[in-house]
Amino acid sequence: MTEAATREKSRQDLDVAAIRQQFPILSQTVHDRPLVFLDSAASAQKPDAVIDAMTHTMRGQYANIHRGLHWMSERTTEAYEAVRDQVAHFLNAPSRDEIIFTRNSTEAINLVAHSFGALLKPGQAVVISEMEHHANLIPWQMLRDRAGIELRVAPITEAGDIDLDALQGLLADGKVALVAVTHMSNVLGTVTPAKRIAEIAHAAGAQVLFDGSQFVVHRKTDVQALGADFYTFTGHKLYGPTGIGVLWARKALLEAMPPFLGGGDMISTVTFEKSTWANVPHKFEAGTPAIIETIGLGAAISWVEAIGFEAIAAHEAALTAHALTRLADVPGLKVIGQPKERGGVISFTMDDVHPHDIATLLDRNGVAVRAGHHCAEPLMRRLGLSATARASFGVYTLPEEIDTLVDTLVRIRNFFV
Amino acid sequence: MDAPFVIPEEATASEAIDAIRDELDVFDDWMERYQYIIEMGRKLPPFPPEWCDDAHRVPGCQSQVWLEAREEGGKLYFAGLSDAAIVCGLVALLLRVYSGRSCAEIMNTDPKFLRDLGLVQALSTNRGNGVEAMARAIRSAAAAQTA
Repeated sequence: MTEAATREKSRQDLDVAAIRQQFPILSQTVHDRPLVFLDSAASAQKPDAVIDAMTHTMRGQYANIHRGLHWMSERTTEAYEAVRDQVAHFLNAPSRDEIIFTRNSTEAINLVAHSFGALLKPGQAVVISEMEHHANLIPWQMLRDRAGIELRVAPITEAGDIDLDALQGLLADGKVALVAVTHMSNVLGTVTPAKRIAEIAHAAGAQVLFDGSQFVVHRKTDVQALGADFYTFTGHKLYGPTGIGVLWARKALLEAMPPFLGGGDMISTVTFEKSTWANVPHKFEAGTPAIIETIGLGAAISWVEAIGFEAIAAHEAALTAHALTRLADVPGLKVIGQPKERGGVISFTMDDVHPHDIATLLDRNGVAVRAGHHCAEPLMRRLGLSATARASFGVYTLPEEIDTLVDTLVRIRNFFV
Repeated sequence: MDAPFVIPEEATASEAIDAIRDELDVFDDWMERYQYIIEMGRKLPPFPPEWCDDAHRVPGCQSQVWLEAREEGGKLYFAGLSDAAIVCGLVALLLRVYSGRSCAEIMNTDPKFLRDLGLVQALSTNRGNGVEAMARAIRSAAAAQTA
């Protein structure tokens, strides 16, 4: 079977109508129009499976974990720790002990900047790219200002890919300790060549971190195949709840790194004079964690894995191709970036219509998109833009919704010409 | 007073509010209302590009909004601009109400008319707050004048 035929078959295998029925919010109307939700890259909607898992926990099986010596606590601990196994499997991590639960990807990156950062010496450098979300920029700026680390920025090409030759150049002096880049851009949709980037980083003696917040939603992630050293993602973009994210890191790194936050659950022994730390992963999980949200994340992972990433990726590739074709017919519309590989995220401008106006007028027609700098101000500056509008797709997105977007954009444009 | 400052069409702020209400009532659908609002913004007197700076920028607006005030003959006149068309239209409607009025009249004109006319709700919450920020900037200019 050709690749196109395989994709078509996978797309047909995915019963989007049945999937949509599992998302209570998608049957809502906004401004008396059916909701067309094209803002999943900001946060995805939640299926019944996730909602039910969380309410089931709160209604029937809830207590604080790890410390309780009673039935309810033990069962809740089991449910919570089972998610660690699930996440390890989800990322193909070698060990469950390498999975750290955080609040979101932002916190996971801050943890690395704090604790891996503590191992770095003044004069060493961290490399990011021009298309990073602020979450993978500000923690490194803070480390730079705190610890005398140099922050280097790998440029992107006009098409919106990381310039790998330039990246290699930035690593040439051997001072770079870490390359921290996105695995999929939240603005351009670029899927970065993570495996190649890891090879480049390792050849120069640097570790590599990927911000997988966007990527894990769309494709199967395998941290070992990528050759990653750190990998982060957040639950709420993966059809899971807010308040739960993940850091995966190689065990040797986690063991060498000092704790991030101090408190309960992360200790081995405590006296007023000195405390010793628990083993990983608990060393990095101070305080009562987001128990209910973690269980919700587990339900989300089960849910997407039951659908299967082959079908999800094929569906979204078909949607993205459909969107790019249809958007090309809108006069004055410019899609930002033509990366080699794109996920279901499309940023665009339309003549000189302000993206805020585009979003407001789309919203009045029930179409939800994002508009603004998308927490990537330096990238906007690099592109010579102050803002874009962005449509992003999920497993529940229908081609007809993209048609509604395009038809409404044409109507909006008529306001301005 | 000359351009770019807005000369009032109606004799009082409250007449201006009534006129805007009547005009908005003509439309039965919000897309038409937006078209009207955008048209109002286009009719604003040209705002000098050199005033599009931080000193003239109204804080609290997601889109960029610039305002300038000038006093003449006991009245305060305003000029304004936004880089977004709908917000620019709302600037035009605000200035139609507030420009060319005495400080006392400005202070007595409660910006809640923006909500009554659905103009705050015309934007998403974050941007709607920005429209109210503009009204605050106008009223604080009047308050500064009387202080």
